[in-house]
Amino acid sequence: MAEHWSAALAAAQHAHAAAQSGAAIKCEFFTAEMAEEVAAVAARIIPTDDTPGAREAGVVYFIDRALKTFARDDQRLYTEGVAKLRAIVRERFPGTQKFSALREEQQDAILQTLDCEPPVGVRPFAKNSVSQSFFETLRQHTVAGFLIDPESDRKGNRGGIGWSLIGRDTAHLFQPPFGHYDEGYPGWQPTAADEVGKK
Amino acid sequence: MTKPTTKYKTSEEVDFVIVGSGAAGGVLAKELSANGFRVVVLEQGPYLTGADMSHDEIKVLQEDLLTNHPELQPNTFRKTSAEKARPQRAVAYGRCVGGTSVHFTANYWRFHEIDFIERSRIGEIAGTGLADWPIGYADLEPYYTKVEWEVGVSGLAAASPFDPPRSKPYPMPPLPVKSSGVLFERGARKLGLHPFPAPMAILSQPRSGRSACVGCGFCWGFGCEVGAKSSTLATVIPTAERTGRCEIRPNAYAYRIATDATGRAQGVLYFDERKNSHMQRAKAVIVCANGAETPRLLLLSANKEFPNGLANSSGLVGKYLMFNTSARSVGVFNEPLNDYKGFTDSRVLHDFYELDREKVGFYGGGGLDARFDLTPYFFAMNGLPPETARWGKNFKAALKHNYTRTMQIHSGGTSLPLETNAISLDPELKDAWGLPALRVTYKDHPDDLKAIRWLNDRAQQVLDAAGAVRKWSRPIAEQEFAVHLLGTCRMGNDPATSVVNADHRTHDVKNLFLCDGSSLVTSGRGQPTMTIQALAYRAADRITALAKRGELNS
Repeated sequence: MAEHWSAALAAAQHAHAAAQSGAAIKCEFFTAEMAEEVAAVAARIIPTDDTPGAREAGVVYFIDRALKTFARDDQRLYTEGVAKLRAIVRERFPGTQKFSALREEQQDAILQTLDCEPPVGVRPFAKNSVSQSFFETLRQHTVAGFLIDPESDRKGNRGGIGWSLIGRDTAHLFQPPFGHYDEGYPGWQPTAADEVGKK
Repeated sequence: MTKPTTKYKTSEEVDFVIVGSGAAGGVLAKELSANGFRVVVLEQGPYLTGADMSHDEIKVLQEDLLTNHPELQPNTFRKTSAEKARPQRAVAYGRCVGGTSVHFTANYWRFHEIDFIERSRIGEIAGTGLADWPIGYADLEPYYTKVEWEVGVSGLAAASPFDPPRSKPYPMPPLPVKSSGVLFERGARKLGLHPFPAPMAILSQPRSGRSACVGCGFCWGFGCEVGAKSSTLATVIPTAERTGRCEIRPNAYAYRIATDATGRAQGVLYFDERKNSHMQRAKAVIVCANGAETPRLLLLSANKEFPNGLANSSGLVGKYLMFNTSARSVGVFNEPLNDYKGFTDSRVLHDFYELDREKVGFYGGGGLDARFDLTPYFFAMNGLPPETARWGKNFKAALKHNYTRTMQIHSGGTSLPLETNAISLDPELKDAWGLPALRVTYKDHPDDLKAIRWLNDRAQQVLDAAGAVRKWSRPIAEQEFAVHLLGTCRMGNDPATSVVNADHRTHDVKNLFLCDGSSLVTSGRGQPTMTIQALAYRAADRITALAKRGELNS
């Protein structure tokens, strides 16, 4: 587990360095400005604190790829959503043009006003991007981009950062003991109760 | 292993054309081809292999790598026939070679004796179609055993005092216990209940050239890369192909069963990948397309001789649809369980399989199992305590704390057969091939909801007794979506009240057979696939006997 974290942190530092290097984010769909705004929202959904967050996991790259693939129907939602977000920023913080230029508390205050819809029940096998708000769609995409299998070609969960955070080993082969409670399990034993229960 | 090359011309009359390659179709293909018959299997989905499987949640669950696609094949849903059905995904099933057995969880307990004789045991339930099966547990027992030994089922015989009699032990020991299983066992035993190792169609040991389970944990909704899950794709289908008499024809979407002037089935019309239409001729047709698509195909096959759909003189094709009820209790514990590792289930209990209707005040029963079936994204969306922040640092902290410490108890229960619950053809909406879309009409019987709430309350008690520090339930409401598709062409002796007889032969068309979830007369307790597969092995014996007596040609 410890070595796992160190590997993840190394990857995180690398990603963070890239994110901070000033180089424009290279995208397939987003303009550099849009990418910056989307990355800033994602960073409030899964913030960076003493552990890496959406920014280090490269979630914006995942969303950019998503908008060219499985979520291409959401392109307009993002374009309009970012424009609207900026309009709100200008209105509430005169003189400021960009969401990403606000302080974290200011960003959170704005996102709280956008997060007014009740959560839509997300169920595997249900299409989940129908008639959802920009914020809810971005929230789901951020979470997916943070927790997607890092071995997939979706560009998310860079370095397995998301899985490390939640405690998921990035391996795909596991043997018992799996967890705390099955360690030292003596094997299944019938009990007296089983005999009593016999019909 | 060389890739089998058996190909039949569509104009060539083979012995059997089978629609669907899932739990039932795969077994029938293997049994009939091994018995010397020439078989073509039409599968609407692609032929994937282990190398095509993936742990990418978007590819598999969102883009429907393994399942019916809601845009190509839309559904409509309504609760009662008084409503106009609205477009909504109502069913999910496997759409690939191996069908739903590719992505299922692989719980593989047998039905109990009571499942076949409930009507005579408890009497009529007004307003329902509760009926006895024309066969009993004893008729199916040899076939349950055959399933366990042929496809490979892990388990421990005689571990549950409620288990029905069996002629042979399981072919291999149960899978290892998970932390959720240990906690479930601990809690259940404190309450005087009888948990036992889950019977699973997943190999605990290498078998027949297949790998044992490697414990990746991506079972529910996903296909197995190593072939340890005993899907028909990993088991009977390769065997069928090796006979040299069976062709699995993927990307072949059946849309009509053709009949001649005498009312006999001639073959099956289908669209290929390019939407070109073909007809595969056969001496007999077997439909194993699942409890939703089998009745739909019969209804799509209406013609002058059969204006209400094929084999539908009873008017019951598509009716008595049963979903099984289900509930999930979620518990969080102090220490990490890491329940994402391994497979889904390791412990089950059947103490509540048959509730005393007089005592509890409603019909029903079910099974409880300890599981974790939430892949990372879906855990983040659906697995956290209900009041958890949906974003920000508290959301992140909850993800970090809970993912490894969470387990679920799944309750699976009965659905009463109601004539009003049905699969039918939508009068307006069409699929991508221009065929009428599947329309689902469904409303749970009040007893089914009472029973599942009652079972879920027991699950909550087990979590308490196991020492959960937090627990809650996912909301239980009337169902509008299902993966268990049962009862829609029910089996029976009377042509007026059933669609197929005990040999799975339709009462109306002598060379047409139906075998899948649609054959079930009652719903069981939430794990139908084992029984569907046992029925398929039995059907293969019956159909072979009929064919050898020359009865299919008469």
